[in-house]
Amino acid sequence: MNENEEIEEKKEATVIPVEPEVSSFKLIFSLGLAGLISGIIIVGSYLYTLPIIEKNKAEAQRTAIFKVLEGCTSFVTLHLIDGKLVEDDNFPKVKKEAITKEEHEVFAGFDADGKLIGFAIPAAEPGFQDIIGTIFGYDVVNQTIIGFEVLESKETPGLGDKIFKDADFALNFKSLATIPEILPVKKGAKKSPNQIETITGATISSKAVIRILNNAIKLWQEPINKFDKSLLKPPTTKGNTENSADKISENE
Amino acid sequence: MSEKETDKKAQEFLKGLWKENPVFVAVLGMCPALAVTNSAINSLAMGLATTFVLVCSSILVSSLRKVIPKQVRITAYVIIIATFVTVVDFALAAFTPSIQKELGAFVALIVVNCLILGRQEAFASKNGVVLSIFDAAGMSLGFTFALLCIGVIREVIGSGSLFDFPLFGAGYEPWVVMILPPGGFFALGFLLFGFNWYAGRKRKKELVKA
Amino acid sequence: MNDLVWIFVSALLVNNFTLSYFLGLCPFLGVTARLETAFRLGLANIFVMLITAACAYALNTWVLPYAPYLRLISFIIVIASTVQFVEMAMKKLSPTLFKALGIFLPLITTNCAILGLALFQTNKGYGFWEGMIYALGAGGGVTLALALLAGVREETRLLNIPKLIEGTAFNLIIAGIISMAFMGFAGLFSS
Repeated sequence: MNENEEIEEKKEATVIPVEPEVSSFKLIFSLGLAGLISGIIIVGSYLYTLPIIEKNKAEAQRTAIFKVLEGCTSFVTLHLIDGKLVEDDNFPKVKKEAITKEEHEVFAGFDADGKLIGFAIPAAEPGFQDIIGTIFGYDVVNQTIIGFEVLESKETPGLGDKIFKDADFALNFKSLATIPEILPVKKGAKKSPNQIETITGATISSKAVIRILNNAIKLWQEPINKFDKSLLKPPTTKGNTENSADKISENE
Repeated sequence: MSEKETDKKAQEFLKGLWKENPVFVAVLGMCPALAVTNSAINSLAMGLATTFVLVCSSILVSSLRKVIPKQVRITAYVIIIATFVTVVDFALAAFTPSIQKELGAFVALIVVNCLILGRQEAFASKNGVVLSIFDAAGMSLGFTFALLCIGVIREVIGSGSLFDFPLFGAGYEPWVVMILPPGGFFALGFLLFGFNWYAGRKRKKELVKA
Repeated sequence: MNDLVWIFVSALLVNNFTLSYFLGLCPFLGVTARLETAFRLGLANIFVMLITAACAYALNTWVLPYAPYLRLISFIIVIASTVQFVEMAMKKLSPTLFKALGIFLPLITTNCAILGLALFQTNKGYGFWEGMIYALGAGGGVTLALALLAGVREETRLLNIPKLIEGTAFNLIIAGIISMAFMGFAGLFSS
């Protein structure tokens, strides 16, 4: 009997006080209010910052393209879909009728006289640590690489990051032949124009760069060769020119 | 009366800096603490971003504390916090794109920083707006201070520079592991070790006095 | 196919979510005192990650192109609801599984690893299957890290550790050493 009494007492002691019922209207209203305030703040800041963010992106892209195509002052964007190069204006229509969903972007650069210098081709693939993002300049006439820039890299600091910090490695890309393909050689052993000297202590990162370039050439060479380059003309007012930065600051 | 008030505000502010420092004492908000502290500038940026989010969220939560019923409070807090994190993300991308590139997705991860949700639950939902601002400011500045400690140690040892300003000249061979992930673990581990030692010494002194 | 292997191995070993990206640290340093607990927490993680990866892909493909600024809020709400829903479903459909994993599920909601997975996956623009493999690798990586740390902690329980370094400081230094060991995986499968 005593045991039962104890259990009864314990049960009473652990009774949780009942909380007042809250109407579901109040729940929904308060969440809705929080949501509304949040929505206004988010959309407001989005609209305010969007043009600035777009401008930053365009600026970064322009800088990269001009760096890998020496003497470039303007460029146009081309798209690769279904193995064919398509200009920016035609692209939305072609994209709708495309068989495969895979698409890539490439940039055709022109110098101050309006002559085609070459193509700036972005390419990214896994390196030693993580994906290496690059862009390189491709001379169609001579089929050589005339510039190379690493955009994104998580390679080991002090070793793998030499692919963009080492001045000697950068020299490899002044006029790099791509036929039949780019090959790695040890430092000091470069004999033919399609060889790249790898960095001591960063063999895998260097070979990754070579692999990225070779695969990109394989992907782009045929479509670029097949494309009628007489159709390519430097942009007139679209805002892809070097002067666009001045134009924007004028308007502000 | 007003002296007591300012005292209270100061108390709420100061506790976040040392006694209840979120990183060293409560070990909260670890993910950003270790991921972005590989340089002093990144640590500072992350700390300031977190400060902005915490202070703004506290203001909003505190203002709405009588309106939000208990059952949905966590959801409401999360929505509010996520809002300000989104704003900070946009602001960084627009005005300091290089820092945005370094911090990457970790700015967005501020929203799951237990520190922020913790302060809303423990303080902002129960106190007035002004006090909440002081609490938030103190906690987040304490957090920033902790991040900076870690960041400075990692950058000085791991890159030989401070705020991108080279310190030791060309002959210095940096201890690269410090700016890589293991360095984050080691830096915080040894800092906690040092913090415990210092707190222990203080306690011993107080015991001796008494 | 090569890509999928790399995505999996990278998330599991080379760029381990916990040991390289510091995601999922709260349970990592707080809860993992026993190997069994660590495994269960890891499994719960993998489960939630797989579902999150699918939802993130769906959101990113069909909803977010119209409202990119809602990215963070929608992810967080989806994750929180998913965990809630999974907990309820587990309770009803598989009480044994719920008993084994259930208590850990609420912990996972604010776990940076899940949100981190959704953000990284959409940032890299992974397709559906790539996202699932990524989630599997990431979840596996978190489980691996949790298990390793729990294992070491179990081993050191009977050792004489200096009082000052006991607790979180000690765990962090162990984690640092394990993280260093994992650095050795770099270069795997990147020919």
